[in-house]
Amino acid sequence: MKQILILGAGTAGTMMANKLSKGLDIEEWKITIVDKDKIHYYQPGLLFIPFDIYKKEDVIKPKANFFPSNVEFIITEISKILPEENKVLFTDGKTIKYDFLLIATGTNVCPEETPGLKGNLWYKNIFDFYTLNGALELQKFFRYWEGGKLVVNIADMPFKCPVAPIEFVCLADDFFTKKGIRDKVDITYVTPLSGAFTKPIATKMLSELLEEKNIHVVTDFYLEKVDNEKKTIVSYDGIEIPFDVLTIVPLNKGDEMIARSGMGDELNYVPTNKFTLQSDKYQNIFIIGDAANIPTSKAGSVAHFASEIVYENLICAIEGRTLTAKFDGHANCYIETGKGKGVLIDFNYDTEPLPGTFPLPGIGPFGLLKNTKMNHYGKILFRWIYWHILLKGKEMPIESHMTFAGKNKVNI
Amino acid sequence: MVEKIIAGVTVNVNNEGYLENPAQWTKDIALEIAKEYNLTLTEKHFQVIDYLRKAHLNGETLTMRKVGSSGIVDIKGLYELFPGGPLKISSKIAGIPKPTSCV
Ligand SMILES: Cc1cc2nc3c(=O)[nH]c(=O)nc-3n(C[C@H](O)[C@H](O)[C@H](O)COP(=O)(O)OP(=O)(O)OC[C@H]3O[C@@H](n4cnc5c(N)ncnc54)[C@H](O)[C@@H]3O)c2cc1C
Repeated sequence: MKQILILGAGTAGTMMANKLSKGLDIEEWKITIVDKDKIHYYQPGLLFIPFDIYKKEDVIKPKANFFPSNVEFIITEISKILPEENKVLFTDGKTIKYDFLLIATGTNVCPEETPGLKGNLWYKNIFDFYTLNGALELQKFFRYWEGGKLVVNIADMPFKCPVAPIEFVCLADDFFTKKGIRDKVDITYVTPLSGAFTKPIATKMLSELLEEKNIHVVTDFYLEKVDNEKKTIVSYDGIEIPFDVLTIVPLNKGDEMIARSGMGDELNYVPTNKFTLQSDKYQNIFIIGDAANIPTSKAGSVAHFASEIVYENLICAIEGRTLTAKFDGHANCYIETGKGKGVLIDFNYDTEPLPGTFPLPGIGPFGLLKNTKMNHYGKILFRWIYWHILLKGKEMPIESHMTFAGKNKVNI
Repeated sequence: MVEKIIAGVTVNVNNEGYLENPAQWTKDIALEIAKEYNLTLTEKHFQVIDYLRKAHLNGETLTMRKVGSSGIVDIKGLYELFPGGPLKISSKIAGIPKPTSCV
């Protein structure tokens, strides 16, 4: 039997295991997926925990629920890939030889990389919401907080789900308004970018939205350290911003295992062909999800669109044909904006988010780059879709390649 | 795209003044653009510029952290050399495109 080994059973790995188990001849292929964690976290749901909208139980399920019986699921930590020997080592001393390898080990937050971030104030006045623990601690804090300066800061680029911190400040505005203390809460969004978002048209739309909500935006702030005594964040050029509570998106890095394998860039992301999703160096290795260094968003929707490309190209590679599928970097994100509304953006490597309707041109039901109630329902529905359709690798009524149909050209 | 004469050479720049073609770059152009930022380029500046140009030609994506771990200068040092927006300004002086952060 030949072996396909999938490293990481998060969003991307789980989708691939399901796709492959349906598509490959199971007499001929053994599919194995490995993860150190037996719990699957619905990461987009972490955003809602600090504001008491979701509970812990809403965002966790056993990983084992999501694999068909012909996929072998092993819980163990990956120590190292030996790509020259087509072999993976595990920390328990076992090894697995593979014919084809899929790397789907995602990205992690690394608060320890910023001086002072994990100091005295960690989980007292400083929280991340990118981990379940951080989100739960912040939930407890916000329940009893009576107001002050809330600073939301992104430590560095790139980070997964680049819209999440914008959603966070919008939901905070909503939350404190409902609590009746919005006038006592000063919200500041501090980013290393030169605007609220990277792409111009979406940045303009989102900046106006933040202004409307009286959320201050500080741009071009590149975090050097946190001063625990003075309760300030300090940039490399010496600018200090005081906070009473800091919500941080720490530096994101690929797993250390990638570095141990000598397969990553300076942030442990694996050099990947942005069109074929094959490793730049090894023909029998493909990378899917946040672990790849491709220039698009690190998001579940991107992993979903990429999964069809990886599937097709893996089959080509198995059959010794040239790789025919070409990824366009397609991303599609619902941005929760509070007050029961949301904005939807759809873009790829070459095209920035444009206004229009989605997925049906001229009809919708979702409005692109518009703040609507329907888009909010899209986000809420997404949790159900994630658990029941996306992870299981079922077809979704959305093309993997971005389309211009239903989009309007704009001049800014 | 517009044509502009910098240090006596005609080059193509985009609407933000970044060179469209890194091959048109010369040291004199660097010195000239640096003046717009009131910078007098030293040996150290040129080491950074050299690194940026090589990395760009290699198709690498440049980030502040990457330059900071290049062994040539740390991030603090980069801010001292090119105050304001270190990577944006140094890239402009180096004649390479404005660094884009991915979404
Ligand atoms: C707050 C938040 C909100 C988000 N909102 C959205 C959204 O609205 N829409 C959207 O599309 N995306 C969103 N995302 C992003 C999305 O969750 C990720 O992009 C997606 O989960 C990436 O999938 P992945 O499989 O690449 O990585 P992951 O799902 O993170 O999986 C990686 C897996 O690899 C395992 N692993 C890593 N290293 C090892 C090792 N050495 N040994 C064993 N196992 C290992 C990990 O345990 C993990 O299970 C959000 C993320 C966050 C944090």
